[in-house]
Amino acid sequence: MSAFADQLLVLVMLINLVMLGSSRLIFSIRAVAAQGVILGILPGLIHPFSGHLAAITAGIILAKGILIPYLISDAVRKAQIRREFEPFLGYVPTLLLGAVFTALSFAFAEKLPLAPEHKDLLFVPAAIATLLTGFLLLTTRRKAISQVIGYLVMENGIFIFGMLLTEAMPVMVEAGALLDLLVGIFVMGIVINHISREFSSLDTSRLRTLKEE
Amino acid sequence: MTISLDPTAYLLIAAALLALSGVPGLLLNRPLFGQRSAALCAVGASILGECAVIALLGGTPGATWQIDWPLPFGPALFSADLLSTIFLLPLFLVTGCASLYSLAYWPAREKSSAGKLTLFLGLFAAAMVIVVMARNGVLFLMAWEGMALSAYFLLTTDQQDSDVQRVGTVYLLATHTGTMALFALFSLLRGTTGTFAFPLPHTLSQGVPYATAIIVTALIGFGGKAGLMPLHFWLPGAHANAPSHVSAMMSGLMLKMGVYGILRTLSFFDALPVWLGWLILLLGAWSALNGIALATGQRDLKRLLACSSIENIGIIFIGIGLALVGMQTQSPYLVVCGFFGAFIHIINHSLFKSLLFLGSGVLIHGTGTREIDLMGGLARRMPVTSPLFLIGSLAICGLPPLNGFVGELFLYVGAITDGVTAPLPLAALVAPVLALVGGLAVITFVKLYGIVFLGSPRSAAAAHGHEATAMMTGPMVLLAAGCLIAGMAPVLLMRLVAPVVEYYGNVAGDVMVQVTGQVPLVPLTIANCMLIALGLAIGAVYLRRLHRQPALYGSTWGCGYLAPTPRIQYTGTSFSELVVNLLGTLVAPRRQRPGLDCVVLPRPAQFHYEVTETVLNQVLTPVFHWTGLAFSYVRRLQHGQIHVYMLYIFVTLFVLMIWTH
Repeated sequence: MSAFADQLLVLVMLINLVMLGSSRLIFSIRAVAAQGVILGILPGLIHPFSGHLAAITAGIILAKGILIPYLISDAVRKAQIRREFEPFLGYVPTLLLGAVFTALSFAFAEKLPLAPEHKDLLFVPAAIATLLTGFLLLTTRRKAISQVIGYLVMENGIFIFGMLLTEAMPVMVEAGALLDLLVGIFVMGIVINHISREFSSLDTSRLRTLKEE
Repeated sequence: MTISLDPTAYLLIAAALLALSGVPGLLLNRPLFGQRSAALCAVGASILGECAVIALLGGTPGATWQIDWPLPFGPALFSADLLSTIFLLPLFLVTGCASLYSLAYWPAREKSSAGKLTLFLGLFAAAMVIVVMARNGVLFLMAWEGMALSAYFLLTTDQQDSDVQRVGTVYLLATHTGTMALFALFSLLRGTTGTFAFPLPHTLSQGVPYATAIIVTALIGFGGKAGLMPLHFWLPGAHANAPSHVSAMMSGLMLKMGVYGILRTLSFFDALPVWLGWLILLLGAWSALNGIALATGQRDLKRLLACSSIENIGIIFIGIGLALVGMQTQSPYLVVCGFFGAFIHIINHSLFKSLLFLGSGVLIHGTGTREIDLMGGLARRMPVTSPLFLIGSLAICGLPPLNGFVGELFLYVGAITDGVTAPLPLAALVAPVLALVGGLAVITFVKLYGIVFLGSPRSAAAAHGHEATAMMTGPMVLLAAGCLIAGMAPVLLMRLVAPVVEYYGNVAGDVMVQVTGQVPLVPLTIANCMLIALGLAIGAVYLRRLHRQPALYGSTWGCGYLAPTPRIQYTGTSFSELVVNLLGTLVAPRRQRPGLDCVVLPRPAQFHYEVTETVLNQVLTPVFHWTGLAFSYVRRLQHGQIHVYMLYIFVTLFVLMIWTH
């Protein structure tokens, strides 16, 4: 089963690169939804079946695959934007950087003092690569919506890391993390709405006027 | 029926009662009821606390209470020994008086901030009770921080005022700098003893590691809170801008917590370095002289009283310094007289300074200003406050028949007995310093009382000044009675303090008797009685003559003019100008003279005069200014670009990932 899990993780990393290279917001949202669904399936592949596991899988697919992408695309529709214009760093350079970071995360994971049963899996490098991708999205994109997506990707990276611990992770912690994410997205949705109404733009680089002197 | 609770338990109950006294006012939507119930709680707690203090002074040992809390710093230990009682005695008295006073001074009916004020007043008093009872370093720091923060909230009650905000910030910076030193102190102490619990008295030898560091951090941390020069800079502003009953508690009680901290820390050691006694003596003398010099030049009523607090703290430290020097040179007179002087002055200063601050509250309430030069002629308009204020002023000058004289008498006796016979009679110099300070204090308070109460009103506000209600004057009467009784019967005061001196100074009983026999307390009582009798006799003669021959009323300071104006009177500034000029180096008065650029007739001109704070205005403000400039380069990192903020995190993470290899 773990071979199949590894293949899925490779898919996750490919989706990372897809997101870095695309300028269409709706496409990015769908990609992050697909990533969420894959993450939902993954725990079922590496751990024996239990009620707890089923609940986690269902919860994650529901939240990451359906609910959050729906909320974001709703915000996109309301704000009437389709594309990410003029990122701070172009698509091709970010894509290349993403590839470099993915390679680096493999190198880094090699050197981490992991438990022997986690040594041969792709979980750790995939987690770090996804985390770094999220950071890259957050730092290079201009639109608030892209930043929300970056935040989601980062969370996905953390989630992959947490997967190693699924058995040890109580339902409450899991639920708490998901709720956190959901509330975060809600708040961001509200903030985005207000930003677009107030400044008639979702360009976060304009927020610097709010800085306290 | 007897309730066999030990004093510590009583004190803890009193502290809890004080801490919770303001809560009903916050929860219920009835501010008036809240304030009244809080005052009732505070008075109840004060009575309870005083009972416990009297039991302790009577010889009942206070038990040590241990409360196991989940914090990893050892159990919370509470105890009350004789050193604590000397601070608890005025604490409960002044707290009770201040909370009664606040009912009329800050009535919940008129001021919306009364709820907040009441809550923090209770917390402030409770925190101070815990400070003197804590026997664990972490517990002590918690109580200390509670005290410092509630004092901040009390002080910034008028938070809309920009002056209040500024002095609040200065206070907060000063107090937290001091707390930082205390963190170092208790960490060092733990490094020495291995536990956060306070070591037993006289168990640390002078040679333990960090002994010097412990003493120095204590001097910085506690000295700053006590207002010892040069760490006094926060004090005048903070005391002047707080509500008056809060100033009374801050000056009368909170400053003493600094004194307590130093005494407590010194009690851990079995022997102290030689330089320490001299250092404390020197700092005390400097504070006393410079404090009263600053007070002389002030124009603000409460700022003047605050500066005089620095002076009184200086006198207390002179006493402690004398005693420590005496311990080094094995001279029992210095030890006994020094500690007597210090402890008696701790109680006395709480009494008369609280009285004066409460009195200044009445003045502010009645005239609406703090400026001395705008008052005048209030003796006639405030027939109750005026004599009470006079009693406070006489007491603070250290004049008989009031209590201020008693403490200083002990210091004089110490300085001119063993101080003189020592091979190098440096300690004897205390006597002239005290005399100088006393003289300056007389000038200061003659100015204060004379300008405020005598003469004719200098402004419309003073002309319409009115007396306060009995709720405000009542507590003042109580404090004034305390001053008078302690001054008339100094033996009583000595008996009260004697067990503490015996306990803290480790003095044998026969030495105590021998030394205190040298202090002329009984002749003092007789002289006081004669003085009072003389005063009463003169008063009676005067009243009889007044009765026989009705007085003619004219304007005061009329000087024979037909139409004098109040502006021909002396002002406070002109009264003290000579002294301020003589003490120019200590006071640094700043004058802005009018330019005489007239051609034929002079044009209207402005004259501005103020007494500056040397440490604050000439040292700290420039230092902070330059530091701010230096760090403005660092502030460029904060530019408002969210992406670059993210990049900071990203880069940090990346560097950390590489670092691990």
